[in-house]
Amino acid sequence: MVIPAGGFPWLTIVLLLPLLGVVAVLLAHEALSRAIALTVSILTLLVSLPLWFAFDNANAGMQFVEKHLWINSPAIHYSLGVDGISMPLVLLTTFLTPLCILVSWTAIQTRMKEFLISLLVMETATVGVFAALDFVLFYVFWETMLIPMYLLIGVWGGPNRVYAAIKFFLYTLAGSILLLVAILVLFFEGGRTFDILALTHASYAPGLQSLLFWAFFAAFAVKVPMFPFHTWLPDAHVEAPTAGSIILASVLLKMGTYGFLRFSLPMLPDATVTYTPIIMTLSVIAIIYGAYMALAQADLKKLIAYSSVSHMGFVTLGIFALNAQGIEGAVLQMINHGITTGALFMCVGIIYERTHSRQITDNGGLANAMPKYATFFVIFALSSVGLPGMNSFVGEFLVLVGTFAWSKLTGTLAALGIILAAAYILYLVQRIIYGPASPQMVPKLTDLNVREFGMMVPLVVLVFWIGLYPKPLLDVMHASVARVIASQSTSVLVQQGGDGRSRTLAMTAEPFAHPLIMKGDVAP
Amino acid sequence: MTLPLADLVLILPELLIVGMACLILVLDPITPPHKKVLLAWMSLGILVVSSVVTASGFGERVMAFSELVVLDSYAVFWKMLLYLVSGLTILLSMGYLKVEKIQLAEYYAFVLLALAGMMVMVSGADLLTIYLGIELMSITLYIMAGFKRFELRSIESSAKYFVLGAFSSGILLYGISIIFGVTGSTRLVEISAVVNGRGIDDPLVFIALMLLIVGFGFKVAAVPFHMWTPDVYEGAPTSVTAFMAVASKAASFAAFLRILLEAFGGIKPDWNLLILVICIITVALGNLVAIVQTNVKRMLAYSSIAHAGYALIGVVVAGWSGIEAAVSAQGVSSLMLYLAIYSFMTIGAFSMVAILRKGGLEGEEIEDFTGLAKRHKGGAFLMLVFMVSLAGIPPTAGFIGKLYLFMAAVNAGLAWLAIIGLIFAAISAFFYLRIVMVMYMREPSSEQELHTRLVLSTQVSFVLACAVTGVVLLGIFPGPLVSVADLSSLTFK
Repeated sequence: MVIPAGGFPWLTIVLLLPLLGVVAVLLAHEALSRAIALTVSILTLLVSLPLWFAFDNANAGMQFVEKHLWINSPAIHYSLGVDGISMPLVLLTTFLTPLCILVSWTAIQTRMKEFLISLLVMETATVGVFAALDFVLFYVFWETMLIPMYLLIGVWGGPNRVYAAIKFFLYTLAGSILLLVAILVLFFEGGRTFDILALTHASYAPGLQSLLFWAFFAAFAVKVPMFPFHTWLPDAHVEAPTAGSIILASVLLKMGTYGFLRFSLPMLPDATVTYTPIIMTLSVIAIIYGAYMALAQADLKKLIAYSSVSHMGFVTLGIFALNAQGIEGAVLQMINHGITTGALFMCVGIIYERTHSRQITDNGGLANAMPKYATFFVIFALSSVGLPGMNSFVGEFLVLVGTFAWSKLTGTLAALGIILAAAYILYLVQRIIYGPASPQMVPKLTDLNVREFGMMVPLVVLVFWIGLYPKPLLDVMHASVARVIASQSTSVLVQQGGDGRSRTLAMTAEPFAHPLIMKGDVAP
Repeated sequence: MTLPLADLVLILPELLIVGMACLILVLDPITPPHKKVLLAWMSLGILVVSSVVTASGFGERVMAFSELVVLDSYAVFWKMLLYLVSGLTILLSMGYLKVEKIQLAEYYAFVLLALAGMMVMVSGADLLTIYLGIELMSITLYIMAGFKRFELRSIESSAKYFVLGAFSSGILLYGISIIFGVTGSTRLVEISAVVNGRGIDDPLVFIALMLLIVGFGFKVAAVPFHMWTPDVYEGAPTSVTAFMAVASKAASFAAFLRILLEAFGGIKPDWNLLILVICIITVALGNLVAIVQTNVKRMLAYSSIAHAGYALIGVVVAGWSGIEAAVSAQGVSSLMLYLAIYSFMTIGAFSMVAILRKGGLEGEEIEDFTGLAKRHKGGAFLMLVFMVSLAGIPPTAGFIGKLYLFMAAVNAGLAWLAIIGLIFAAISAFFYLRIVMVMYMREPSSEQELHTRLVLSTQVSFVLACAVTGVVLLGIFPGPLVSVADLSSLTFK
């Protein structure tokens, strides 16, 4: 291993450890495989922690950079690095993987080894997506992740798993078609390089930008998923095993929004400004439509799946508000959604293991039968609503601040989504926690065991930590977000001035002031 | 007339291989049955020797036999690929022929003769030399397709291949004769000199070009000249199918591209649109029809048609007018890279089909793969890797092949062609993944559980190991092969 000039190759180790784990699991005895995979994933988490502690908040550029020539003609590099946007996402991935293994400890009964291997390969691929600084490398990780996810849903999923798995696979694969062509076009237009940073600095003709923008959009919007490309999500979530749902909701969906932030906004500033109204409209539709659909669901997982559509609508809304509050809120919300929705899917998995039903009506009255479980569930449910003091509140608030700066009408409509979220979540809590218990299920309802309790605690800690003191996390993002915004202000349209949108942009491109709530001196 | 010794030295590998084929035919009757496997090892040995001789010629360009034969890096690249494929075919056949009870040593002689034909094709610098190579290859393959002579399907396959193959050879020869009539020569260089002056104005050149394209379209199984492929691939012994799908396709592409570029490179606008149309319908039809197949060999046949379509993207780029020579060369080298990668994954996939047994028969229905992941974890995983690679999904070699082809297309200003190719690649994922689906996600019936199994031998394990190593290694470290393909690309004047 060549140690790069930038120091110890932390990112490579984070990428390689799960693959070593794959080898270890392969060679190990079936009974030991879970313990090995868990150890490896915890080790990976530990190795990824230096990314957080050694991170330089003042540096807007890439850190922990590693760059080696991979293929020489044309030059494709194995180059990795993280900034304030991708580093939290890498940590989210390494944090959730051990939890996914824990949650599957008894839930997965067949082909344990293959299951663990799929999970570990997923971890490598996802970290790779967030850390890649070469466009081809990015695409390789982006597509590699399809296979383990396809197997996770298709082999260990519910009754309709084969359909859900292939739907997920083809949907996302089709979305990536234009992404690959866009990457190749960028290569030739951006100075014959696949280096993401170099391509970001190059400028492209407005007509080309439009084409590239929609090509990116096809790939990222399917992944997010944005309305109307969300139809694979409910199927995939419902059929996937619990760990699959967690990875899907918490990490995989973020790849789409990360794509918008890393590529669409900085590389194609003109097109971004031009098409922002369309994206904002779709985001608002997603927020409201997802919430309405969630209200009507009788299946726990489907309800949370539609709530994901709604929540991810907030993320895209924040990103395309194109101001510091919006984007920081969006990045924060990506993390929050990963924690909260992951936790909710975990809760559903725990109850499903006991009752073998995901129907809300079958799982009533848990407050009496499973008091510890009920407590955790209510905490995560309220976090999902965005109760002040919990994580989602901070993120959604920042997104709304950003959106109001962009357009008051959009902000108002989006705020409606929060009210709807309160409605469907509280209605859910009312039914399954406090509602009538179904008699034949009651004997099966045993409260959390030590392992399950242990999985919940770190998630609760994060919910309150981000809710009460988000400053460290936001500090990490400031510089990088400011850079995204600065790249936006180079947009031709903005420089020309003219309409109201660009004025907003110019305003927010100023050195960024902390949103007020972080200092705690003004109530919203 | 005396044959100059220097020329003979240049075709030493061809001579060695034909000599060994003859030797095997002579030794066959006097070898006791249990020692026939020695003949297979001898043919493998001669492949190794020949490959060393051939490889030493890399980087040079020499003409032999008054410019009938050319030895350049382009030819060396293809020959090395053909040695590899033939070697893997022989190894695969050693177990397969035994299980199928068709263990005759002349089989190995035929593989060597077909190989010699292909080698002549890839280094032919004259239409007639190339034609001779094609005939040597084809006639041998007709026999090999009917090698399961107790089975009606195999005989039918052989007969169909022969009738249609003879027909297409006729068309090819007709085209060659017209060209000779117009230009007074069959040497590629001399044709080029005359044709450049006339171009489309001379309808005869155009007609001859059409006939050549039809003839080669048949050999590479491009739509609409693909009709024979599914039936022949299905009926032929699986080891022969693998050989046909990979080696004969590669050699035909090599010769086709050389003729198009070296003889007709000056009149690209006359043929590139036609190739473009063939390319698009081949990719489309191959992938679409593969979806409805229930027999793995037929599915792989349509898949091989589709892959010929992708390779044609390389031909389109190489022949696209109004682009720099470097971009044309990129088209050629991306095609070479693609076919090399295609060889690994296709040999791998066909090897899996060859070793899957259902009772006493070959398990060649997609159904037969049901639940394979439960009984043969390793085997199912290998098949998964080959399928994923054929679908062109990273981190396998299939992706790298497509990446370079589409990069060449975008570089030539054909981004829309790359989009079409990618759309059909996404569609192809559906039928490739169906095999993964039945292996991993379906429960086998008790009958399937009892009767379907993989029959492994050392040799087949080696073939599978080679194939999977190629697919994975070229997916992760394609650099060296890319460089070699770049260096061996045809040179343009």
